[in-house]
Amino acid sequence: MIYFDKVSKVYPDESIALDNVSFGVEPSEFITIVGHSGAGKTTLIKMLIAEDRPTHGTVFFESANVHKLRKSDISKLRRRIGTVFQDFRLIPNKTAYENIAFAMEASGRTDSEVSSDVPHVLELVDLGRKIWNFPHELSGGEKQRVAIARAIVTQPDIIIADEPTGNLDPINTFEIIKILQKIHKLGTTVLLTTHNRDVVEKIGGRVVTMEKGKVIRDDKHGKYVL
Amino acid sequence: MIFTHFKRITRTGFVNFWRNGFLSFSATIVITLSLSIFGALIFGSAFGRALLKEVKNKVDINVYFTLDAPETGILALKKTIENLPEVAKAEYISRDQALTDFKEKWKDNSLILQGLEEIGDNPFPAVLNIKAREPSQYAGIAHFLESRDSDMIEKVNYNQNKLIIDRLGRIIPAAEKSGTLIAILFILVAIIITFNTIRLIIFTARDEISVMKLVGASNLYIRGPFVVSGIMYGIFSGVLTLILLGAFAYYSDVLVVRFSGIQGSSDLGLLANVFSSYFLQNFGQIFLIIIGSGIILGAISSYLAVRRYLRG
Repeated sequence: MIYFDKVSKVYPDESIALDNVSFGVEPSEFITIVGHSGAGKTTLIKMLIAEDRPTHGTVFFESANVHKLRKSDISKLRRRIGTVFQDFRLIPNKTAYENIAFAMEASGRTDSEVSSDVPHVLELVDLGRKIWNFPHELSGGEKQRVAIARAIVTQPDIIIADEPTGNLDPINTFEIIKILQKIHKLGTTVLLTTHNRDVVEKIGGRVVTMEKGKVIRDDKHGKYVL
Repeated sequence: MIFTHFKRITRTGFVNFWRNGFLSFSATIVITLSLSIFGALIFGSAFGRALLKEVKNKVDINVYFTLDAPETGILALKKTIENLPEVAKAEYISRDQALTDFKEKWKDNSLILQGLEEIGDNPFPAVLNIKAREPSQYAGIAHFLESRDSDMIEKVNYNQNKLIIDRLGRIIPAAEKSGTLIAILFILVAIIITFNTIRLIIFTARDEISVMKLVGASNLYIRGPFVVSGIMYGIFSGVLTLILLGAFAYYSDVLVVRFSGIQGSSDLGLLANVFSSYFLQNFGQIFLIIIGSGIILGAISSYLAVRRYLRG
């Protein structure tokens, strides 16, 4: 489904963010990428959603070279990828409902689909009572659940979660992980980055370990070795 | 789908305008200031035109006839002059009319009226008062009159008025040119101020734009609501500017009359109520210019300001 083929990223100050990274992600897989801060996890995700370009190598989404897509096709690609970030990235002047509705509207869904699916997905993440709250009226865990609801509402092919529990307490952390596992069980591919040992052990599954921009381990059964 | 997109973009633009109350208020005030510059230019040019018209009206040439010039000959000359393309108006003042006017003017001065009686006969010549369409055309009209070599004509007073006519001929085109240059300069300043204000507002929304890109929104879908908000800044600013211009037009006329020490505004000639009458007579045009400029300024500034965050 996704393949990073000898991907390197060198910034103008000559710092190396990614160094010859190659690995693939299969459909319906739950893959966890672990590594310390600065290991290159977020850069890898930026490559996949075409927010940044590799210096060398190619990133494939299915058979398409992500960095050879036209602007309009990049928008279409992003509609097939649900993203969740550590800093939530919600639109501050929109309510929980509107943040999720925006993703659906951007994907070209009809008004009736929006009005039926948004409350439903907010119920799924247990936020049915806070549908009209603005992000500043929600706790960190609630914001992250809105972000997950926004990521899944368009039924994307893959969910990418970049340190989604980084700003959360242990209880909320495991709530979020449970939701991601539930989404995975429904057949969606999940790519998670984290440096939380407990999270890795809770999930199990495939773990790719990165250090200084390189993939140093790729274990089929969750191991946190750092 | 196009209609649905348009509806959603418009709705989001409206909602953002109201939710970002302080930013919208700031943008509206800045655009109002810019549009007020446009308004000041419109009024300045109206006042300048009225002033020039007033001055042009004061300039004329008079043809004084001999005392025995026959009226039929004078009226024939008047008709010939009126047919000249340069002539806007020719007014005949007969000897009797000149005498009546003089008596009316000096009716309270018995010394002058007594002197007039002592002369016995009417000493005033008939006069033809001529106004040209443009000050530069007086020389040609005077030359035409002098070249006729008529026995009826005693004197043409063009040479006495020549100095002011020549000066006006130079000042008017220079004033028009410099007025246009100043107007262009002010309009540029207004556009730059507005653009920078809207750019700052959109700078505060840069994270919002990146989130929109992240969920796969098209550039049109991201940019649209900002342009709609920009149009709303323009409309509100336009209405506010029109209210300010209307108030200025009304109160400036009242103040001119009050502070000029003139009893009635009619003494100001063409300058009487120049602002309020210009505002009322040209309201449709002023409305279109001010509201249209506001909408165009708001929409284009927003469109351009969002562009830099849509790259990549």
